[in-house]
Amino acid sequence: MIATLGGFVLFLALGVTLYGAATSIAGARAGREDLLASSRNAILAHCCLVTLAIVLLEYALITSDFSLRYVVGNSTRGSLTRYKIAGLWGSLEGSILLWAWLQSVFAALVAARYHDRHQAYLPYVQAVLLGISAFFLTVMTFGANPFARIFPVPPDGRGLNPLLEVTDMLIHPLLLYLGYVGFSVPFAFAMASLITGRVSEEWLKITRRWTVVAWLFLTGGIFYGGWWSYRTLGWGGYWAWDPVENASFMPWLTGTAFIHSVMIQERKRMLKVWNLALITLTFSLVIFGTFLTRSGILGSVHAFAGGPVGALFLGFLAVILLVSLSLIAYRSDRLKGHGELDSIVSRESAFLLNNVVLVGICFTVFLGTVFPLLTEAIRGAKISVGSPYFNRVSVPLGLALLLLMGVGPLIAWGRASLSNLRRNFLKPLMGAAVGTAILWGAGVREAEALVALFFCCFVLGTILYEFVVATRTRAKTTGEGALLALGALLLRSRRRYGGLIVHLGVVVAVVGIAVSSVYKVEREQTLQPGERLRIGSYAIQFDGLEAAERPTHVLVWANLKAFKGDKLVADLMPGQRFYPNQQTPFASVDARYHWSEDLYLILSTFERNGSSATIKAMINPMISWIWVGGLVILLGVIVAVLPERRLALLGARAKAQAA
Amino acid sequence: MKGRKLKYLVAGGIVLAALAGLVYSGMKESMVYFYTPSELKEKAEAARGRALRVGGMVVEGSVRWDPQNLWLSFALTDGQSTVPVRHKGTAPDLFRAGAGAVVEGTWAPEGYFRSSTIMAKHSEEYRVPKKPETLEAKKELFKSLMKEEKR
Repeated sequence: MIATLGGFVLFLALGVTLYGAATSIAGARAGREDLLASSRNAILAHCCLVTLAIVLLEYALITSDFSLRYVVGNSTRGSLTRYKIAGLWGSLEGSILLWAWLQSVFAALVAARYHDRHQAYLPYVQAVLLGISAFFLTVMTFGANPFARIFPVPPDGRGLNPLLEVTDMLIHPLLLYLGYVGFSVPFAFAMASLITGRVSEEWLKITRRWTVVAWLFLTGGIFYGGWWSYRTLGWGGYWAWDPVENASFMPWLTGTAFIHSVMIQERKRMLKVWNLALITLTFSLVIFGTFLTRSGILGSVHAFAGGPVGALFLGFLAVILLVSLSLIAYRSDRLKGHGELDSIVSRESAFLLNNVVLVGICFTVFLGTVFPLLTEAIRGAKISVGSPYFNRVSVPLGLALLLLMGVGPLIAWGRASLSNLRRNFLKPLMGAAVGTAILWGAGVREAEALVALFFCCFVLGTILYEFVVATRTRAKTTGEGALLALGALLLRSRRRYGGLIVHLGVVVAVVGIAVSSVYKVEREQTLQPGERLRIGSYAIQFDGLEAAERPTHVLVWANLKAFKGDKLVADLMPGQRFYPNQQTPFASVDARYHWSEDLYLILSTFERNGSSATIKAMINPMISWIWVGGLVILLGVIVAVLPERRLALLGARAKAQAA
Repeated sequence: MKGRKLKYLVAGGIVLAALAGLVYSGMKESMVYFYTPSELKEKAEAARGRALRVGGMVVEGSVRWDPQNLWLSFALTDGQSTVPVRHKGTAPDLFRAGAGAVVEGTWAPEGYFRSSTIMAKHSEEYRVPKKPETLEAKKELFKSLMKEEKR
């Protein structure tokens, strides 16, 4: 029943989507308001239909309807309802449905928000968004049907991989998908600007907030994924340069470049082609990443097996690139920049360099990810380039980026004079030198750590300096107190100061990444009850094994006491979870999280009679700074995108109350 | 005007060259060849001392664990040749006899593969287990570690 209905709804949605795209374009060309109205209705209808499809699949998942192959593969009777719901994005077909749904919601949001504005662009924006929707609906109709049946109907499903039955599964994938889908909006406006020939800065201004919010979701998804991996995957790391991670990282890099380069176009009317190319590249990388990871051509812990889906994605990618590049070529006469770079020592060129470095990192990550595929296809030799390659290449580029992050926001537009440079950078540089000297005194000797921390101090110095100077200037001219002046500043130029807060978050995260990767310590040892493992300043005492039944698994854990000197600092119980129908156990990590260092314990293996256990212990210094940095970035983006009018209203109200 | 354009071209060229150099050296340093056990048998002597990856099936019954010295030893096979592997430390979660695994390390002169990293492979394919296993079966395994429920 659900199978038939679901398949029919998707097919109908595809029809409505194509109709909507066609009427949008026809309406705009003929200037017929009735067709445009019809296309707006089609967008709404397509959103409702895809929503209905999602509801149907969720209903089947929640009620354990095992006549659907997808439900069998991604849920069991025994699972908690929230994991049954999460089964929707547990594998290929469902995640494409989720994507299609978010895509339809975004299309409807765009249509609703701009129903009375930007009428020149909107029909084409709608057509592009509907075209993207149509692609996902096509994939489901012809390649990966989430409503496919299975016969005979099995008594129970396999369920999600136990690794995925955690609350994080409800958050991380959604954040990433929201980020991916979010980038389709600026992409659609870019295409619309090319089609209509209105290639001024207008489309950038309209989509600014969409872009930043999409970027926030993508960033949040990446950070959250690292945090999840660190807490639960039992290897003590957060980033492995896994192809799927790279697939989310590449559009993040180009998206970050885009957010920066649009500022130059807005200010200087330069880089028009570059911006169009960047947003096209970003959206293409989103699709490419999905192709890479969902087509099963690359081995990865995240990969789903796939069939014809890979070919469909590759075809779609080709269409996107072909159409957008031809459009850019077609409009090339209108895309000539007005401005010119005046000097290499200027904000424009700092931003430009930032773009080059970001795209450069993206390119090297791309190479490392697809190189093994290429060599296998061309030479038949299987080659892998692992983390060492990515670390080697991205660390120097990342450091360059960090330096530019300090320079870019403060250096003058046009041509920076020597006095401008001295005024803005002398104090931060001196501060960084002092900071690094203190770190040296505290015993930091490793070159990588010193360089990274010197740059971090420098960027931190520039940000603080900017805040202090701007607050002081405002306080002096308006006579406000320092705190009020700072608040007013944040409200007035939210984009600038929000951006600086984001940079601050990046610095905090980089400190965490640099220190934790240079100074992590790891030890593994087999202990008998009463024995101790020594690591750093800790002694970890093993007090025996225990086991207990949990609703879905049997948990075996080691009772460990962590001492620092004679002081007991934590009782930790790392364990292993044994699930029915799973031949290997899953780690259940335990750790003492602390702002200065995490003590991270893994029960690697044990004797079943309880006579001994092998414990892997790690000290990850300052790793929590990465997550804090992520939160600061979130805060900065919120400051940057909050609606202006509402804030102005709040400010006015506060002033009225004060008076 | 011309001079300025040239300046940017040169600057761009330097940036590109630096990037290319970085990629080239990074690739050269960390490129690792992937062999099957049969290929390793042919090329082992030539590849001695170089980092390699070997992938195959973990032979049933070959896994030995020495908890005191933390040596894990097992054999990888591709059906034709079998490679003995020694690994310092424990294996990742999905590692087990009968499943696929990829190890990274070097070929030791003593005639075994010294692994520094194990990557377990795991199939996402759905297979109905021959005999569905219950929680009871897992409980039985660890009966000796279970405490009496305190109530």
